[in-house]
Amino acid sequence: MNRLNQLFAAKKTPLLSIYFTAGYPELNSTVDIAEALQKAGADFLEIGFPYSDPLADGPVIQQSSQKALENGMTVELLFSQLKDLRKRVSIPVLLMGYFNPVLQFGVENFCNACAEVGIDGIIVPDLPIYEYEGMYQNCFADHNLSNIFLITPQTSDERIRRIDNLSSSFIYLLSSSSTTGKNLALNEEAEKYFARIQEMNLKNPTMIGFGISNRESFDKAAQYTRGAIVGSAFVKFLDQPDSMNRLPEFISSIRKQ
Amino acid sequence: MNKYQVNENGYYGDFGGAYIPEMLYPNVEYLRQQYLNIMYEPEFQREFQQLLKDYVGRPSPLFLAERLSKKYGTTIYLKREDLNHTGAHKINNTVGQILLAERLGKKRIIAETGAGQHGVATATVCALKGLECIVYMGEKDIVRQAPNVARMKMMGATVIPATSGSKTLKDATNEAMRDWINNPIDTHYIIGSAVGPHPYPDMVARFQSVISEETKIQLKEKTGSEYPDYVLACVGGGSNAMGMFYHFLDDENVKLIAVEAAGKGVHSGESAATTLLGKEGVLHGSRSILMQTADGQVTEPYSISAGLDYPGIGPQHAHLFKVKRAEYVSITDDEAMQAGLLCARLEGIIPAIESAHAFAHLEKMKFTGNETVVICLSGRGDKDLDTYTKYFDL
Ligand SMILES: Cc1ncc(COP(=O)(O)O)c(C=O)c1O
Repeated sequence: MNRLNQLFAAKKTPLLSIYFTAGYPELNSTVDIAEALQKAGADFLEIGFPYSDPLADGPVIQQSSQKALENGMTVELLFSQLKDLRKRVSIPVLLMGYFNPVLQFGVENFCNACAEVGIDGIIVPDLPIYEYEGMYQNCFADHNLSNIFLITPQTSDERIRRIDNLSSSFIYLLSSSSTTGKNLALNEEAEKYFARIQEMNLKNPTMIGFGISNRESFDKAAQYTRGAIVGSAFVKFLDQPDSMNRLPEFISSIRKQ
Repeated sequence: MNKYQVNENGYYGDFGGAYIPEMLYPNVEYLRQQYLNIMYEPEFQREFQQLLKDYVGRPSPLFLAERLSKKYGTTIYLKREDLNHTGAHKINNTVGQILLAERLGKKRIIAETGAGQHGVATATVCALKGLECIVYMGEKDIVRQAPNVARMKMMGATVIPATSGSKTLKDATNEAMRDWINNPIDTHYIIGSAVGPHPYPDMVARFQSVISEETKIQLKEKTGSEYPDYVLACVGGGSNAMGMFYHFLDDENVKLIAVEAAGKGVHSGESAATTLLGKEGVLHGSRSILMQTADGQVTEPYSISAGLDYPGIGPQHAHLFKVKRAEYVSITDDEAMQAGLLCARLEGIIPAIESAHAFAHLEKMKFTGNETVVICLSGRGDKDLDTYTKYFDL
């Protein structure tokens, strides 16, 4: 059991997870933002490590990644920033990013470093199941790291079952096949899909992400799953004046207190 | 052929695979299941061969370049992909993929382009088949390659500027992939080189393999032997080179030479010599060799030729490089430009600057006089006249 499993087991009300890009807006803002988000009531966090070619991301996260890289963010620097993460933050924290920086850091080194600073899981959208199972699954497991997989309305039931078997904390549902930052598709088709997933009675809980930007989309997500993940909307919010002091305001604009 | 070809898991040795987000999986997986069945249906082959002949103008000639041969003291043939409709080898692949897209029931075609040659070749076949065509092109390349933008628009394509990152080919490819993620049902992505997730590198290589298939027959007619001593081709992502090498891979006596762009010099910081400067990595869906920082960020390549201005190479090339089946060399901007001028003056053929890189390597080879050399003349230089004229102050 890592922190994620404990959270999903203990808390029964809708969960809210927030994504932000490490090194954005300021190079050294990573842990400050994490701590402030915990205080403001976020249930868990996804810290993005930036990549030059984030092909699953829309403009907002692309720009935050580019800015973070310009600020000098690297995987190595991120781990050094996270050294005393666990002195300041107790909620589950995931790292999210693309495979190439992980590969260059060394997958084994990466898992080690995650375990050392107290990371609970990893989301690598472009690491395929085949490679994960064949080469990296043991390494993740040895370090008590959950690998989080995405599924879309086009993912077959058979593949969803396979993903369910490979998952150990939760599954990340996309309301439609899309890059980050689009608005949640709140149409009949999306609801049918959420209902289909609900009926599959998966072993792992699910969370909806990509396109959650306000209370309406959050509530819709929470109706079918354990909660939702907000990314682009938060990254955009960080750009506003005095945003760091207004995080509670942001959190309550998404989820009723 | 298996030694150098893709295995059932989508790998060439250590390279290849399909490193794609789940959103792309259903399309790529369906393509993987279907592409060989569809490509080798008799009706597909009939239509494909017919279009290659009547529309593209194949077979492209194998031309004995006598004055170049005399200069270098050996026998040099040019495989004339420059004479294809739209002026480059790119159309071999787009004709194949458009027929495939039709059979997959897709209504909307997307593509990326750097120099604009692949964009033009895609716009062309979309017009031919009456399919919607969207081409992503880096904002910088749109300015550099204005005539090709006009050609695409004339044929009804929508050209969308890629404004992210470095605003060149790599970013146009990212944008095309993002489009595909957001349009998972009706859209087919026609990748323009032997790159991308499996099965693209294999599929593109197969469509381009007509280049070496014809070369063998033509050489046999002209020389009595199917086998040259050397085969040369330039490498951006690697599609013309893969097509030129394809049917010679198993004949280990045929020396394969792949020519990369060294830009202003391999160590100038402005280069696209991927095998020399790159390390193993993952970009655009496959594991290959990639120019990148120690942190795994993809670095910006540079070449005077927009078609070679790419930070990676296809996974099959990475494999041929690693197992040393092909030799990878590099040529600077200046060397390529001189070779382009030489070809124009000696043979009355203006090569694309991409292709001129392959010609430039002749200067560095030692010949005894008895060799047969085939160079893939991947495209014509019309699109590059502006660059040539400025460079030589003509
Ligand atoms: C004439 C020509 N040759 C070569 C290339 C490089 O592509 P590839 O390496 O896929 O053949 C291009 C790309 O635009 C081209 O236009």
